[in-house]
Amino acid sequence: MIDVLIPVLDSTIRLAAPLLFACLAGLFSERAGIFDIGLEGKMLAAAFFAAAISAITGSVWIGLLAGIASAMVLSAIHGIASITFRGNQLISGVAINFLASGLTVLIAQAWFQQGARTPALSGPAKFNEITLPFADALRDVPFFGPIYADLISGHTILVYVAFACVPLSWWILFRTRFGLRLRAVGENPAAVDTAGISVIWLRFAAVGICGILCGLAGAYLSTGFQAGFVKEMSAGRGYIALAALIFAKWRPWYALYATLLFGFLQAMSLRPDVVELIVQVRVPVQFLDALPYILTVVILAGFVGKAIPPKAGGEPYVKER
Amino acid sequence: MDDAMPKWADIILVPVINIIIALFFAGLVVFAINEDPVEAIRTMITGALSSTYGWGYTLYYATNFIFTGLAVSVAFHARMFNIGGEGQAMLGGLGVALVCLALPWPHWSLALPAALFGGAMFGALWALIPAYLQAARGSHIVITTIMFNFIAFSVLNFLLVEVLKPAGQMDPATPRFPEGAALPRIGEILSGFGIPFSSAPPLNISFFVAIGACVLVWLLLWRTRLGYEIRAFGHSESAAVYAGISPFKIIMVSMLISGGLAGAMAINNVMGEAGRLVMNAVEGAGFIGIAVALIGRSHPFGVFLAAILFGFLYQGGAELGLWTNISRELVIVIQGLVILFAGALDGMVRMPLERAFLRARKRREAEAARLEAAE
Repeated sequence: MIDVLIPVLDSTIRLAAPLLFACLAGLFSERAGIFDIGLEGKMLAAAFFAAAISAITGSVWIGLLAGIASAMVLSAIHGIASITFRGNQLISGVAINFLASGLTVLIAQAWFQQGARTPALSGPAKFNEITLPFADALRDVPFFGPIYADLISGHTILVYVAFACVPLSWWILFRTRFGLRLRAVGENPAAVDTAGISVIWLRFAAVGICGILCGLAGAYLSTGFQAGFVKEMSAGRGYIALAALIFAKWRPWYALYATLLFGFLQAMSLRPDVVELIVQVRVPVQFLDALPYILTVVILAGFVGKAIPPKAGGEPYVKER
Repeated sequence: MDDAMPKWADIILVPVINIIIALFFAGLVVFAINEDPVEAIRTMITGALSSTYGWGYTLYYATNFIFTGLAVSVAFHARMFNIGGEGQAMLGGLGVALVCLALPWPHWSLALPAALFGGAMFGALWALIPAYLQAARGSHIVITTIMFNFIAFSVLNFLLVEVLKPAGQMDPATPRFPEGAALPRIGEILSGFGIPFSSAPPLNISFFVAIGACVLVWLLLWRTRLGYEIRAFGHSESAAVYAGISPFKIIMVSMLISGGLAGAMAINNVMGEAGRLVMNAVEGAGFIGIAVALIGRSHPFGVFLAAILFGFLYQGGAELGLWTNISRELVIVIQGLVILFAGALDGMVRMPLERAFLRARKRREAEAARLEAAE
């Protein structure tokens, strides 16, 4: 059983990492009162620019920076539209998704002429898997050996960064003054304003953090999870992250559990044979694909625990009412 | 501030400026990838508008966008953002396919109303759960309709691969519809009257159904009690409740109409074009409906014009992909820019314009007062 489970859990971790980055990105943004359905677009843009710049410069770290920068640019557009001009945040998010979807293909085709792909990355142009200390020596220890050597060890650095972002986000949001203010601005911006703190600045900061995390998510997809960019490679992960965020009720630790669950479902849909082994009936792959969305609708319906979003979410703040 | 601008500025000037800004940025993008924007526009116009072949495709795409644009518009009037047009149109395709395959239809004039009903019913059905969850439980309609788009994709994928695909066929698609369910193409009809019009494009009789839908939506919104209630609810929920309008009813009804319109699109792409149901038949038309509704100011006539504009962009974009180094995804960029400038950054265009019109009016009034005093 463990021989079957470890590969599935291993790919769960690989598949959960980008969801986790994107989910935490959405968490910062929505906790500050800015809805963001543009996670998908930001991931996609970051995936392309990370892979493209890595391919051109040969350094994955420069690529990573380029990926983050591209996601930040889209974040800035979202911020200007929804904070400065008080536009509709949902419509702005939709626009960003289309911009990213079109621009990545257009630019990829113009730069590389390889059917909207980047060249395959290798060596220092991609993030390579890290073997943790003693992984090989401990492999023969029963039970814990394979878990350490095959499950915990052997991921790219960004996977570990993703998991480290959970306690970090928790600490920032719940143990720092900045985090308190950020959460307050999503619940009651007028109170924050009365205390003499800039609502605009705080919301831009949150949108900026969201951009950085989306950049990491996208860069991971094209330079860690896979070696190169392909058209539409984010494949709806931004929306799954959004679903995970609702599932997690806008809390960092729950976000970890939710993205692990959704990552597990994605891993399962890649291995229908394992599913059949466990539940003893043939489950359609399409059902497993749809399960994260179905679960989210059930949660949203409020039948299984109520998900209450930040109170001032989606509303632009108008001073001096 | 409602009367800050004359009506013509609100319904014509603002959308036109939005389109110009979006096209300007699209031009910059083309320029940035070392291509010639002027040449690109020329290729698009030649490919989409200079022949009956091009017009046929432009209007065929426009037919799709009229349906989805109307769908988004009706929901907008009740202040709801139906992002689920894509999924609703997918399910509409399923409805149309089931109707077309159910009987050996003798003639299209019998098959069309039945298929239209089937498509609209399935589309509306797909909007039913998100509508109910919004109306009864307050679950955000945007999130639920996004989720239902993905669920629709999985449902259709499952049905096409496991259930509807005939034995021995490789690609996931239904069998071909019977001959009698094929819709006549406009090219064939016009050729019958001796008017030369290419019959290669899939432009079909659905185009007129789409125009009929525009008229019906206009009548519904501005000439019926229900339409009045929808618009009143959209303007102010609390005022509508005070006037005895039930939010539950309005949310349900407007979302069902919206889903039905999106589903009705399938008579064009599934019945009129493909003649069978394939995966990805909708090709993003559900999302283009958002841009169309924003540019069309949620008015059926505006939607009609905006749909033709997007039909042109779509067909022109395909020509770009064929003849230049610019890929057709440029159209998606333009779509994104239009949604950004006409939707999210609407205030950026509107606020300075309103101020300019207010200044002009004050100046006129001051002038009038001065003349009066002089007399």
